[in-house]
Amino acid sequence: MQADTTLLTTADGQPLKAALKSAASKAKRRAFYLVAPLLAFVLITFIFPIGQMLHQSVYNPDFTIHEDKGTKIQTPIMVNLQVWFRETEIGTVPDEAAFAALVSDLIQLRELRGQGEVGTRINYDVPGTRSLFTKSARRAAKLEAPFKEAVLDLDEDWADPELWQAMRTAASPYTMNFYLAALDMRRSETGEIVAVAENRQIRVKLFSRTLTLSIIITLTCFLLAFPIAHLLATLPLRYSNLLMILVLLPFWTSLLVRTTSWIVLLQSQGVLNDILVSLGIVGANGRVQLIYNEIGTVIAMTHILLPFMVLPLFSVMRTINPSYVRAARSLGATSWTAFRRIYLPQCVPGIGAGALLVFILAVGYYITPALVGGAKGTLISNEIAFHMTDSLNWSLAAALAALLLAGVLALYWLYDRLVGIDNLKLG
Amino acid sequence: MGNVSSADAFVEFERVQKSYDGETLVVKDLNLSMPKGEFLTMLGPSGSGKTTCLMMLAGFETATHGEIRLDGREINNIPPHKRGIGMVFQNYALFPHMTVAENLAFPLEVRKISKTDREAKVKRALNMVQMDDFGARRPAQLSGGQQQRVALARALVFDPTLVLMDEPLGALDKQLREHMQYEIKHLHENLGITVVYVTHDQSEALTMSDRVAVFNDGVIQQLAPPDDLYERPHNSFVAQFIGENNKLPGTVKGRSGDIIHVEFNDGEHCQALAVQAVSEGEPTLISIRPERVSVGRDDLTNSTDARVLELIYLGDHIRCRMDVHGNDQFIVKLPNGAAKVPLSVGELTKVGWAAEDARALDPL
Repeated sequence: MQADTTLLTTADGQPLKAALKSAASKAKRRAFYLVAPLLAFVLITFIFPIGQMLHQSVYNPDFTIHEDKGTKIQTPIMVNLQVWFRETEIGTVPDEAAFAALVSDLIQLRELRGQGEVGTRINYDVPGTRSLFTKSARRAAKLEAPFKEAVLDLDEDWADPELWQAMRTAASPYTMNFYLAALDMRRSETGEIVAVAENRQIRVKLFSRTLTLSIIITLTCFLLAFPIAHLLATLPLRYSNLLMILVLLPFWTSLLVRTTSWIVLLQSQGVLNDILVSLGIVGANGRVQLIYNEIGTVIAMTHILLPFMVLPLFSVMRTINPSYVRAARSLGATSWTAFRRIYLPQCVPGIGAGALLVFILAVGYYITPALVGGAKGTLISNEIAFHMTDSLNWSLAAALAALLLAGVLALYWLYDRLVGIDNLKLG
Repeated sequence: MGNVSSADAFVEFERVQKSYDGETLVVKDLNLSMPKGEFLTMLGPSGSGKTTCLMMLAGFETATHGEIRLDGREINNIPPHKRGIGMVFQNYALFPHMTVAENLAFPLEVRKISKTDREAKVKRALNMVQMDDFGARRPAQLSGGQQQRVALARALVFDPTLVLMDEPLGALDKQLREHMQYEIKHLHENLGITVVYVTHDQSEALTMSDRVAVFNDGVIQQLAPPDDLYERPHNSFVAQFIGENNKLPGTVKGRSGDIIHVEFNDGEHCQALAVQAVSEGEPTLISIRPERVSVGRDDLTNSTDARVLELIYLGDHIRCRMDVHGNDQFIVKLPNGAAKVPLSVGELTKVGWAAEDARALDPL
């Protein structure tokens, strides 16, 4: 290489680097305009909602701001209690001042008709307290000093230190409590992080069940898809086209229909059990429970997600020249060695893509486990849906979803470290 | 057809037939034997059965009928990995997920050769094809010619006695192909291996081979050394497939010894060497190589009028298309030397050839 230190210039004396930059920037700008609509679409429909969800998972203003449903006017609520919480330390036993603040706040709530929402907010952390708020707010106006006795007289549950701790945390809209709840933990009355009672620990179990079932589904999908994809890639075109149609056939039917047809097949009075009984494999009283449990979820979801494994595998296998295996055989490898050392490693991009696709879809799958999962086969997505639609605890739903997202991203990162993301071939 | 006796044959095909669909034979009654150390080329147009023969020898296709023997042992039922035959594939088939050195070590690894021996052998094989510095590269990082060398080294690294090559130079450009032809030939000479080489390129076959088997229609048309094949083709197919050839159809009119008397369709006559058509009244095709035709002389046995139709200047020689005995595709090569004959398009001149150079073959 020649060490040329003189600055290169264009014919009219402009520095070459600057000229190159301005020439290239025009092309870059044009390319950006071309993708701008897509960028805007992704921002509005994907990035923004996810940001919104992540925000919701740590932010819940139900205890601090009341929004009127009709006029949309926002009013700060529970201000007096917030002052008391700010002035005292965690674990302080509520005194007369605290109860006085509570009563005046309850009176305000009653005027705003906001006692239900506040009660619901505290109910997330201390179950069974919603009615406490509605009942007390109704009578708050009639209470007289000393307020502590008056309130406890109304309902002695107000003495519960756990309730006061819950109110203390709810008094600041930003909280990590929903993440704690998502992991079956809570803050004790003294503010320490402790596990919830054993009979209420369900979310970690759901997370681990989601993970295990997703791994099992991915594995069965791989085991079933590998031979199919290999057949597709090696058969003559007219047969492979037919087989491809069979693989894609499930996509032509509604997901709901496919799932319910599994109910028909697998239920204890269903087709499969009838066949087993008529063949004498199981007795009439020993019908196998194949649905409304983990088995049902695994079977139905494997069926639904199979094409997502077949297609990436097929697209990779199609490009593997059969002469590689022939070469390996001619070099002295047995067919097993040739498969293991030559064919399989070349399939890795397809295996990785298919497994990642199936796993991520399985982790977030909702409708199939909801229909065939029963109590034992539901996944974390069903819990999220429950908090979205039934309990209306959106912050908890958002926290659960955020944990799921973090888990998937962690797996993605792990895959990148182990196999390399550029080694992924989706089709 | 093989002129090697069965006793010293290293590779032997005996009455081998192959059919894929049970209706047509791709290989019809193949008999071939080659001695150890020979470089034999299977040459033929695509679909002539040459690759099928190679695949049967390698073990990737089974013979429908007949016996294939390697070193006196019948190998019909031996799987490919136990045959110990090195093979170079058309597209090289270098394993893309392994480095060059790993590719070369693969046949040694599956043979459970120790690591130190393996490394020594890989090093030697790379050195043999002048690729010493490329062991750590991936096949995708190599040029076509380099990949070709690696494929060659991989087929040789485990010291096979027989190496099969399936159009290995097909994907290379002309210059590189010619260079590699010499290299493969020298490797063959230095290592003393037996090579069966498949190609459809006749110049490749003539350059490298000890003997060439010309395939057509599932049958070996002629098995002979390159010079024999070119100068003494057995039939019209070989004459036409190998090199350039002038064809003049006619009928046998009489015979004296090896020389027959032929009448062309335009009523003129010619003396020719009897090869295929021998008896009177038989139709025949006279084959004459362009370089055996003399122009401007009328003192030869066979001399006739010719009209110059086209002249193409090719540097070392001038290609001249003429109308001879009603065949307007008659090609003559005029050397561009000191004694060149000046010709112009449309000119009427004389051409002639010796009776021995006009071979009377089967009509097409």
